[in-house]
Amino acid sequence: MSDTFFTASPHWTWFIIPYFFVGGIAGGAYFLAALLQWFGRPEDRPVIRTGYSLAFWGAIISGALLTFDLGKPFRFWHMLFQSENFPNLMFKSWSPISFGAWAILLFGVCAAVSWYGSRAIDGPPKGGALLAKLVAAVGGLFGFFVAGYTGVLLSATNRPIWADSPWLGALFLVSGASTGAAALTVFAPEASDRTIRWLKSFDAQALVVELVVLIVFLASLGSVARVWLGFWGLVLLVGVVWTGILWPLRLHFKPAIAGGGFRNPALMVLLGGFLLRVVVLLASNSIAVHRVASGGGGGG
Amino acid sequence: MPEPMGFFTDTTICIGCKACEVACKNWNQLPSDGGGIKEMSGDSYDNTVRLSGVNWRHVKFIEQFEGPYNGRWLMMSDVCKHCVQAGCLEVCPTGAIIRTQFDTVVIQSDVCNGCRACIAACPFGVIDVNPAAGTAQKCTLCYDRLEVGLEPACSKACPTDSIQFGTITELRTRAQKRVEQLQAQGEKRARLYGDDPNGPLGGLNSFYLLVDEPEVYGLPKDPQLPSRNLKRSGTFAAASGAVLGLLALVGLRKRRMDEIGGGGEGSQN
Repeated sequence: MSDTFFTASPHWTWFIIPYFFVGGIAGGAYFLAALLQWFGRPEDRPVIRTGYSLAFWGAIISGALLTFDLGKPFRFWHMLFQSENFPNLMFKSWSPISFGAWAILLFGVCAAVSWYGSRAIDGPPKGGALLAKLVAAVGGLFGFFVAGYTGVLLSATNRPIWADSPWLGALFLVSGASTGAAALTVFAPEASDRTIRWLKSFDAQALVVELVVLIVFLASLGSVARVWLGFWGLVLLVGVVWTGILWPLRLHFKPAIAGGGFRNPALMVLLGGFLLRVVVLLASNSIAVHRVASGGGGGG
Repeated sequence: MPEPMGFFTDTTICIGCKACEVACKNWNQLPSDGGGIKEMSGDSYDNTVRLSGVNWRHVKFIEQFEGPYNGRWLMMSDVCKHCVQAGCLEVCPTGAIIRTQFDTVVIQSDVCNGCRACIAACPFGVIDVNPAAGTAQKCTLCYDRLEVGLEPACSKACPTDSIQFGTITELRTRAQKRVEQLQAQGEKRARLYGDDPNGPLGGLNSFYLLVDEPEVYGLPKDPQLPSRNLKRSGTFAAASGAVLGLLALVGLRKRRMDEIGGGGEGSQN
């Protein structure tokens, strides 16, 4: 038995799951918008604007969800400043939850600046273009960081599934990129056909990478993978692998069968990305502290 | 600076009286579970079930019975291990968890904001939220009593001295002698858990004498710090980010080449 089965659940549930989902979309959307700002064309501007808008509101919602999840929400600032030595900063580079709090704050600042700049219809004012690109570069890195650190945070615990594999950070980051691209195709109605084609092409590639990383993640669990032999395994297989990866891939490669609702690949990717966070969080949470009353804990 | 202090728990002389649980609750003014309406676990005399935010001591009843007349009870008063390298202290993002002058690990309730990272980080499942406070709580090794030269409430109340309090150096010597005594009497399974300063987590300041495998007592064989995955997990995430960035750039490059091949519309941004 893995040593992780002797630990207690932190009960991270219905605030943290949407936070992981929204944070992933926000980070992925900003990263793609930043790439388009650097290497794209004027026709990409509607998608850039939407990307920064998604990132800004995503950062706000993420911060709110994280705060509501705290046992003492009014003490959220204790993560940023030393409460007993204010205004000294509170930062632990070796604690994912500590540097994650700072990353969300700084990502939110970059998203706000970029979103404000991108609202100019003809692009940023003269002289501001370079500054906008620099902010986009920094924010893009923070974006990928926000999308991926949540998985790293889970790996840096002692809980079953989360701590039994070092691949969760990669999985969440790739999923953040694919859901970010999917959200951009859904929420950018003014986007040009060529931008949408690029987004769909990138999303298909990201889904393939996600499938590979998911397989590696499951394989890396070793004997702990048996926890999937149950309800959460079914959700993983049907909800994440089929609905969120394989079906949208099929729709991408056979656009003739794509359409609305379940035939919309972007919506399916978003659903799959949400379910990925649900199964990863709840499957581990459902494993209670190992009981020893019957003497059945022996044998290792 | 005082010497490191802690507990040595000799599980072979625990009688399951739960005096330690009562003394702990009493001294630390911990509320009852479920507002005092307590459901029985139904499968054991152990109705505390597990350590939590309101149960900082928990006497485990381990029933090893192969038949009605063939078996034994193992009893163990479980508590925070006050690890020398503490996972909870490592991850705490608010600085609420501190190491005291007695080398014990204490959560400052007025600093904790209830993020619960420490719960997932503890390799022993010790910490939980006290619903009355909204913050993570656990054994403080009676920090307030230690400061005025008193012994912790649980070890003071223990009627068999199963829970012994003292300096770690003295407790290790005492524990080693007890293991030798038990082995000389024929109990070859007697062993110490968490006494080795060169072992997992740099040793535990609350260590145990066991007469079976650690897993039988609900203890991990090789407890580790949560940061063990940090470097690898971060590296894999960064690598996957680099792959995706490359794919996106190649896609943009291809789009541009297609445009040039098709007559080149518009200009570079």
